[in-house]
Amino acid sequence: MPAIVTKIIAFLAAAVVQGIPLIYGSTGEIITEKSGHLNLGIPGIMYMGGISGIIGGYLYEHFSPAPIGIVAVLISLVSSLLGSALLALIYSFLTVTLRANQNVTGLSLTIFGVGVGNFFGGSLLKFFGESGSIYLATTSAAYRTTIPFLSKIPVVGTLFFSYGFLAYLAVVIALLASRFLNKTRAGLSLRAVGESPATADAAGVNVTAYKYLATLIGGMIAGLGGLYFVMDATGGGWTNGGFGDKGWLAIAIVIFALWKPKNSIFCSFIFGGLYILCVYIPGLSAPMKEVIKMMPYVVTVAVLIFISIRNKRENLPPASLGVSYFREER
Amino acid sequence: MAKQNKVHEPPFHIVKRPAIARWKALLIRAVAILAALAVSSLVLFVLTKKSPLEAMKLVYEASFGAYNKSSELGFFAQILTGRKFWAMLQELSMLLVIGLAVTPAFKMKYWNLGAQGQVLFGGLCSVAVMFYLNKGYWETHKWLVVVLMLAAAMVGGVVWAVIPAIFKARWNTNESLFTLMMNYIAIQLVSCMINVWVPTGSSVMGVVNQTTQIGWMPTMVFPESWGMSPSAKNYFFNIIIVVLLTVVMYVYLRYSKHGYELSVVGESVNTANYIGINVKKVIIRTLVFSGLLCGVSGFLLVSGTDHSITTGLDRGYGFTAIIVAWLAKFNPLMMVLTSFLIVFLDKGASDIAMNMGFNESVGEIISGIIILFIIGCEFFINYRIVKTHREG
Repeated sequence: MPAIVTKIIAFLAAAVVQGIPLIYGSTGEIITEKSGHLNLGIPGIMYMGGISGIIGGYLYEHFSPAPIGIVAVLISLVSSLLGSALLALIYSFLTVTLRANQNVTGLSLTIFGVGVGNFFGGSLLKFFGESGSIYLATTSAAYRTTIPFLSKIPVVGTLFFSYGFLAYLAVVIALLASRFLNKTRAGLSLRAVGESPATADAAGVNVTAYKYLATLIGGMIAGLGGLYFVMDATGGGWTNGGFGDKGWLAIAIVIFALWKPKNSIFCSFIFGGLYILCVYIPGLSAPMKEVIKMMPYVVTVAVLIFISIRNKRENLPPASLGVSYFREER
Repeated sequence: MAKQNKVHEPPFHIVKRPAIARWKALLIRAVAILAALAVSSLVLFVLTKKSPLEAMKLVYEASFGAYNKSSELGFFAQILTGRKFWAMLQELSMLLVIGLAVTPAFKMKYWNLGAQGQVLFGGLCSVAVMFYLNKGYWETHKWLVVVLMLAAAMVGGVVWAVIPAIFKARWNTNESLFTLMMNYIAIQLVSCMINVWVPTGSSVMGVVNQTTQIGWMPTMVFPESWGMSPSAKNYFFNIIIVVLLTVVMYVYLRYSKHGYELSVVGESVNTANYIGINVKKVIIRTLVFSGLLCGVSGFLLVSGTDHSITTGLDRGYGFTAIIVAWLAKFNPLMMVLTSFLIVFLDKGASDIAMNMGFNESVGEIISGIIILFIIGCEFFINYRIVKTHREG
């Protein structure tokens, strides 16, 4: 195989790996935003999902004499879901029940979540009197298990079958979310809540319950993105700030995908590709690399401007996005 | 038989308060802060095994310095000449100035989440001036370089703030998402320019004009006998400028026609239209002003603090400042208090963590807890929970 082809395949596979956390993040955010809540805490929740998974996996590997892969996966998966659900619950309690400002709450939650992530990521081992950095051999090996024979096929195997199960789950969840929003009664109600909560309320939809559930489920999905990143993409370790700004990129993808989970799959792969493109183009000068890394954001701005000028209703953000609902207010 | 359709009525319901007595509002906030402090000291205790009293002492010392009994200086003199106190004031003023910058826009309910980008781009323009104008003529006209840096920073900040504002005014483009993206474009621009200016590929811009100090904000000269710490000398003018800006912003919002107009737009765009306020003009004008101040913040951070630039120039204050402004109900004088609260706790918690050999992210956890508590308590200021009266 010529070198260039190998390189392109390696690039595409890497783009997928970068894109998976973004699928989780953007799908979670889309579901949340559909209920009318702009959750800027998603970056923090993704950190939280990652670190909670690490903590769960670490405790299991630390205390179990002979850790088993599948148990490690279950424990870290559950603890990751619990961690991100906790933050999402704080967000929904503050913004739905206490009607706090969504932007401010979300930003604070991100500060908190990133703080928790970096704190435990850096200090977890100290609590148990160990030194060095976290490395979860058994857990990450289990997460990175690929389909035995298929992944060995040249080209196709690398492109489609070289990822752990969380990668496929991301796509499945995005497709399910898309189906849920467009084909089910509950999805219709959820969209109604995001467009006009008063109307939904009058039609007998339990607005508060929808908002809570959307934020919680959205947050848990987003948290899985963090889990995938630490367990699969980086192989069971934690670097402070290693997850970087992917959470914000996920929020950008929501716009780029026009609030449609199905679109977010491809958008995430494109953004994931743009994110690492500079590594794969030979002979780039250092400044040019940075310019290329800028592309996802520039493209998002362009899309944002384009949809606002076109002003087509189905492409716009949910009408009541960012506005708290208070039944007794006229 | 059809079941009687029972009307389910919750025992409580929520009513909006028309107005609340000032002392009551303050009391609610005080209770929230106390509750937050209780939770934070619990968290600190669990994480670091420091007793709350010990932790409080360390938190205090992180901002005001340890009291040295054997020194001949008095208690307050020790604080005022010490390094920690001035370092705290410096951080406070940087957070405050960015908070001031975002305030007018927020009061207008324009969700500018792009302070980070505006500060960074302003700082980048500033550094560019400093980097290129450091030879020949400029060596004898250092003050002019500083003035040009300020001007460049202001232009940079305005450009970065006004682009989303124009689209908001013209096409109602979602400003929070737009400004958020502008942050990352600015971050990448900074990385790009650092790589242009530093050809070694280290991607770190060292201190610019280290020996000539061209483009550096002047340091304050205190009488030698006062024994002021170097931080006092270095940061004095930064702090004074921020104090002045705080007063200016207070007057602008409270007593100027602009301030009145933007608060009307914030309350109700329809009302503003009805009484003949040109909403588009107000949006753009306010964001020009907001961007101007972000530019000044960038200038202060470059010329008066770092003498260099990194992508973290704004120290994350671009977002924290939003919280500072919001907690203070957009009152610039109150913002002095809220930014103090955040800097104080953040420094304190980081110090404790470092002291224990943990990393400094504890600061973020603690500020997060405190902020979330204060955000939550606003509910009890704006709403009242009333017991539902049952009939029959």
